[in-house]
Amino acid sequence: MFNIEKIRADFPALQQLINGQPLVYLDSAATTQKPRSVISATEQFYARNNANVHRGRHTLSEQATQAYEQARLTVANYFNITASELVWTKGATEAINLVANGLTEQLNDNSTIIISALEHHANIVPWQQLAKRTGAKLLALPLQQNGCFDVQTCVKFIEQHKPSVLAITHASNALGNITDLDPILHAAKRHDAITLVDGAQAALHLQPNLPQLGCDFYVFSAHKMLGPTGLGGLYGRYDRLNSLAVYQTGGEMIETVTLAKTVFRQTPAKFEAGTPNIAAVIAFAAAIDYLTSLSKASVYTHEQIIFNYAAEKLQGIAGVTIYSSLENNIGTLCFNYRDEHPFDIATLLDGYGIAVRSGHHCAQPLMQHLGINGCVRASFALYNNHSDVDLFIAALQNCLELLD
Amino acid sequence: MIKTFKEIALSLENSPSWQQKYREIMLLGKQLPTMPAVLKTSEALVRGCESKVWLYLDFDLEENCLVIIGDSDTRIVKGLLAIILSLYNGLTPEQAIHTDAFTQFNHLGLIQHLSPSRGNGIKAMVERIQTMAEQKN
Repeated sequence: MFNIEKIRADFPALQQLINGQPLVYLDSAATTQKPRSVISATEQFYARNNANVHRGRHTLSEQATQAYEQARLTVANYFNITASELVWTKGATEAINLVANGLTEQLNDNSTIIISALEHHANIVPWQQLAKRTGAKLLALPLQQNGCFDVQTCVKFIEQHKPSVLAITHASNALGNITDLDPILHAAKRHDAITLVDGAQAALHLQPNLPQLGCDFYVFSAHKMLGPTGLGGLYGRYDRLNSLAVYQTGGEMIETVTLAKTVFRQTPAKFEAGTPNIAAVIAFAAAIDYLTSLSKASVYTHEQIIFNYAAEKLQGIAGVTIYSSLENNIGTLCFNYRDEHPFDIATLLDGYGIAVRSGHHCAQPLMQHLGINGCVRASFALYNNHSDVDLFIAALQNCLELLD
Repeated sequence: MIKTFKEIALSLENSPSWQQKYREIMLLGKQLPTMPAVLKTSEALVRGCESKVWLYLDFDLEENCLVIIGDSDTRIVKGLLAIILSLYNGLTPEQAIHTDAFTQFNHLGLIQHLSPSRGNGIKAMVERIQTMAEQKN
């Protein structure tokens, strides 16, 4: 049974007043709140188990190494991949940079890279830079005016341009729209394109089975999945991953070093230079344990119920324009009210203890595509309830009255 | 009629609620003269992540005082801008250097708007005014 009140009680940050009002946290797309088990895993690591990993024969170091590698296994299981295909990075952004940099020698001025206008800047800029370094062409998949892909058009576009690389989001960070990846990845694969999926937003809500998804690379961010900040991950199909040039060099990633020459270790170690973020990795495993202790279907159903409830209420307010697709959405509502600036709405909402984000959401090409400068984004997660929606809508109505 | 800083401070202090305070701030923004489009150059644009703020700084040599014109695309920031202008407009460089917007915003209960995380450009605006005052002093 999915008990929302029990779940809310697991998140200490939700139990506070902001500006004298109970916090209504609707900014999970930026970062999720953390369950107590994640916070105590961090504390316990530093209070008791702190030691460096993969070196030192003392007991603490061995325990730390074991917990660290066990955590890799826990996260790998979540995505149904093997632990050797999972590289720790400091975030999804670094994971994309790792791939884009590692592909430099594999592309040339005959190559084409395809991305889309729906992407977060993190899935645009590294590819722009790669195109600049190699002379490759950078193209964007056609996006419909409503911010959704027409799959047939996308497939045709891919067949026409025969990309070497295709990088696309699993779900839009600004709109929450879920990409229908299957046909797009299949089309890319027919041309032997290297495919990367940005899972920063989707990895929490959709709990994807990566081999089934069929991409070569998938990136995610721990702090958007109930875990700590400063940690992300890169899944790579082993041969594809191993074929990337090394990103950063130094300790931990080497087999042997002489002053003349260095032999690198095998994947994933060769992409993990320096002391890793051990505490975050171990705490992230606690987040995944928390998530998998709940039924995937009931979490998803609950999130969709809250999203639909919020969407319906928001649609009922005259003058509100919603930009998010209300179907196939991970739980994000992007909207504006008449000509009002999203900054003003978000600032006033904060007075009521409602946390939303305003701005371009690191997706300026998408905002240009939608013909807006920015919007207000309310993003939901498993710990939001009906009362959050009611408080949000009531506060929003008060704010809009203040502005009218 | 543009209010003096004292008048603004008084009406904000007398606001019965935070909502009323914001209403006052937005009203101040509304009363601010519109900035001519020609002055909204990229140089006048103060970097703020979520809102745009333009600041045009001039110096009246005859009167030895700062002339500041500003605008914003958001109502709240424009209102805060009006407060900043009421603090600094027409001051001599020396007076401006001795005018601390942070202390004044603190008194008004608006200090959170000058925090670096706000991304509204207000803090950068004050810094630009102070830099100019120091150059002209």
